[in-house]
Amino acid sequence: MASAYLPVLLLLAFVIANAGLIIGASHLLNKRRPTPEKLQPYESGIAPLGDARDRFSVKFYLVAMLFIVFDIETVFLVPWGVLYRELSCVMPRLADGACPAGAVSFFGLGEMLVFMAILVVGFVYVWKKGALQWD
Amino acid sequence: MTWTAAGVQLAHFWIFGAIAIASALLFVTRRSPVAAALWLVNTMFCLAALYVLLEAPFVGAVQVLVYAGAIMVVFLFVVMLLNLGRDDARLDLREPGVRGAALLVGLLLAVELVVASRTPAEATAPLPAAEGTNVVAPVARALFTEHLVAFEVTSVLLLAAIVGAVALARRESPASRGPAVPEGPAA
Repeated sequence: MASAYLPVLLLLAFVIANAGLIIGASHLLNKRRPTPEKLQPYESGIAPLGDARDRFSVKFYLVAMLFIVFDIETVFLVPWGVLYRELSCVMPRLADGACPAGAVSFFGLGEMLVFMAILVVGFVYVWKKGALQWD
Repeated sequence: MTWTAAGVQLAHFWIFGAIAIASALLFVTRRSPVAAALWLVNTMFCLAALYVLLEAPFVGAVQVLVYAGAIMVVFLFVVMLLNLGRDDARLDLREPGVRGAALLVGLLLAVELVVASRTPAEATAPLPAAEGTNVVAPVARALFTEHLVAFEVTSVLLLAAIVGAVALARRESPASRGPAVPEGPAA
């Protein structure tokens, strides 16, 4: 089990070494000649207006909340999809994973339909309330 | 240390546990709320690594998606909404009352941790056996058969969250909107 994560460990080591190399090399090789233009957040871009630490509209927060709710809904879809064929069969499946004749059930489809139907109520509510409109 | 599986697991636990605790300490000691939130993200990632060590990679992936992703977005948005970035607007949390409350909550959590770690192992549910490389199926089987009612009721909880978020954050109509409210720099 642990050896399956060796590529992740190698990738982690590579990323740390790469980031260190890029930042280190640019610190060692670069000659600093700062000008006001170079120190702008976006060179050749629009000059910043005001302070970024301003109070933001609550509309951003609403979008984030709705994102989280539907994000969590999606999290439930993944294990359901993994187990879907087993949930749709009332008998143990055959060696090739197929369901024996006459043993197919709508249990798996039905339980997710109930779950989704309740959430679609929320989606319709959000839509009708105009919460997906920006103004 | 030899490269046995147990040795690697022990090293994994100590490395990510140490980073998690260090990040958590940095989280509670930062002056800038945004910096604190980013240290909390680091703690969440380390917890995900510890879930992987416990052979629960699905829980680890969900930890990254939901906690390090979605929940942290909300934390940052609260920081933006409450305008905590400025020194003068920041609530001073070093008052004696706040410190006393923090101490009380910390002590309660410490007691809970000690009690939980001393509870005999029989009280906890046994881990479902892993099916080869399929680590999601045991979780899914418990969720969609044994705990089906809880799963369906979760959708009602999510529905309540949707309605609550919209009811609190959405203005009803332009007519009920008061005098011109500054809508932030991006609006």
